[in-house]
Parts: sequence; C-alpha cells; structure tokens
Amino acid sequence: MSKFKKKPKADPGVSTASLPDIVFMLLFFFMVTTVLREQDLLVEQKIPQATQLQKLQNKTLISYLYIGKPKNTGLYGSEPRVQANDVLISAPEIVQWVNQERDMLPEADRGLITISMKIDKDVKMGPISDVQTELRNADARRVLYASTGRVVN
Amino acid sequence: MARKKTRTTTEVNAGSMADIAFLLLIFFLVTTTIASDKGILNILPPKLDPNVPPPDIQKNERNIFNILINANDDLLVEGEYRRTPEALDQDIKDFILNFGAPDEEATALFNSLPASLQAKALRRPESSDHPGEAVVSIKTNRGTSYELYLEVFDLAKKAYFEIYGERVGLTADEYRALTGDDEASKLLQDRGKEGIPMAISIAEPDKIGGN
Repeated sequence: MSKFKKKPKADPGVSTASLPDIVFMLLFFFMVTTVLREQDLLVEQKIPQATQLQKLQNKTLISYLYIGKPKNTGLYGSEPRVQANDVLISAPEIVQWVNQERDMLPEADRGLITISMKIDKDVKMGPISDVQTELRNADARRVLYASTGRVVN
Repeated sequence: MARKKTRTTTEVNAGSMADIAFLLLIFFLVTTTIASDKGILNILPPKLDPNVPPPDIQKNERNIFNILINANDDLLVEGEYRRTPEALDQDIKDFILNFGAPDEEATALFNSLPASLQAKALRRPESSDHPGEAVVSIKTNRGTSYELYLEVFDLAKKAYFEIYGERVGLTADEYRALTGDDEASKLLQDRGKEGIPMAISIAEPDKIGGN
C-alpha cells in the first residue's frame, strides 16, 4: 500500500511575513481619516450627550458655530462667546456670517443651509436663544444641536 | 600591518518593522476623531414680521403639554413639580396618543394604529384630543442650563420617534436611521409620520434669572 503512504507534512505555522503589510494598511487608513483639528477652538467645548441623534446626509450644507466660555479668559472674559470660523463674533454679526456661508453654497442649496451648533454643556439658555433669534433673522432655520451618543442601559 | 577583517554582509533586521508600525497605528487609533455630524435637528420658527401681529391661535389648554424649566433646573410638567426629567418620554407618549376627543379623521388614524399603540389611548378628558392637535411646549428661562434643555428636547423627540417606529414595526433607532434616500425608506418614513406631526414648540425664554 505504498500508494497511500503519508507524505511528510510541512510545518503548519502561519506565516507572519505579511503582518507588517496588514498593519501598514490599517495605519494608512487611520492616517488618512484622522482629523487632528481643523480649527483652533477659542471656546471650551464639552459636548452634551443625547440619545435621539440624527445624521445629516449632505456635509457641504453644514456650517459650524461654537458656543462656550472662552479658553483665554484674560483676553475675552468669562462670559460665553460665539465662535464662527476662526474668530469670536458677537450676536449681531451672525446674520452677516450666515449670509457669507450661504453665498458659498450652490444656488439650489441655499435654502437648506444647516447650522451645527456645538454648544458647551455649561452654557445657559440666554446666549443660545440670542443666537437662535439672530439665526431666525438670517432665515437659517435648520439647526443641529451637536451631541454625542449616550449608551442607554 | 593591520590585517583586513573579512566583513560579513550585515542586513538590517526587519523583524521589528511590525512593532514600529503597530506603535504608529495605536497612536493614530487613539488620536483619531472621525468627524461626526450627529446631533438633534431642530427647525426654528420663521422670523416674526413686526408689522403683522402674531397669529392668535386658540388652542385648548388640554392640547398643550407644558414643560417649564426654571433657572434652578427644576421642572414644571403640566403644573406638577419635578426634580428630574426622568420618565418624561412616557408621559409625552401618553399625552400624544390620548385620543380624548377624536374627530372623524383621527378615528380613522386610531384604527390604523397597531394594537400596542391603541392600548396607549387612555382617553382622558384633560389630555390631548388627538395627535394632530397635540403640541409639546418647552419653555425655558435664560438661566436654564443647556444640558437639561437638550435632555428634555431629546426625550420629546424620543417619544415621537418611538411612536413612528412602532407604527411601521421598527425600533426608534431603526426609524431614525432611515435616510429617505430610496423609495422604500421614504415610504416607511412617511407611513410612520402620517397624521402625527412632530409638534415640539420651543417658547422664547423669559428674562428672569441668568444673564
């Protein structure tokens, strides 16, 4: 029965030679997707948690407003301020800012502009309602309260 | 005279390459924040024209679910004091689905609801007539913390999404994840919402307290 003689088996160890390649692939993925910080935040940002989050489909329609206590209290005071792009603005300037942001969108999408408000947990409703009044004046009425997911037990 | 040493061909050991790559990988894994645009969507009311007086809407008090939050973050829900917003979503759900005095259209709507939602209809005379009339009103103070306001708003949205989801046989999470991009999900979205508008009214905060 020499026909069925067992061949000497090769060592069954898995080759780890391609491991660096796999790791590099993952590395490049994270290097590409990572956003270190697109803007310098001048205000504190502790984003509150919520459960009923919705995701927006079209990212180009979103403009960001950051509201919180200034980090540099010596320069800007300790009252909550609004940051748009890279500067702190006051409430009456919001209308102008919204119009600038809206002009950058294609004409068909201008009515759909969405303001993502990233508001610090510790801000009170007073300054927020002032901002919302200005947004109503600017007719940018789609507002997203940015929040992170909460795990419901 | 110094004798030349016979050089052995030295190669750099590539065995630690994986370790270096892992180190970098872990660094980027930790620092990465995949930018997410998630949040709670709110549509603000249109600007009031100073020349046109605000429309005088006569609504029965029973059709409005009043939530007041003061500067100390205390709640007054339908005239009842509460310390925390806990279980508020259930109360809102009961309020929306009360069907106290449904008209013809609302009766048809009621009959189209699944049995689990029909069972919610308590038909109390002091609560809402039918979902088309029901309004959840949230009124804050200038000193109310944003965190609590968002929590209450979140619970009001939750109540609506749970109703919508239950109508089409999904959970609230699945219903919210519907994009409305394709026919099927748009149909589901519309079927969930039909006849039950999401009426959450954010009243302008009053000036007392806060800044």
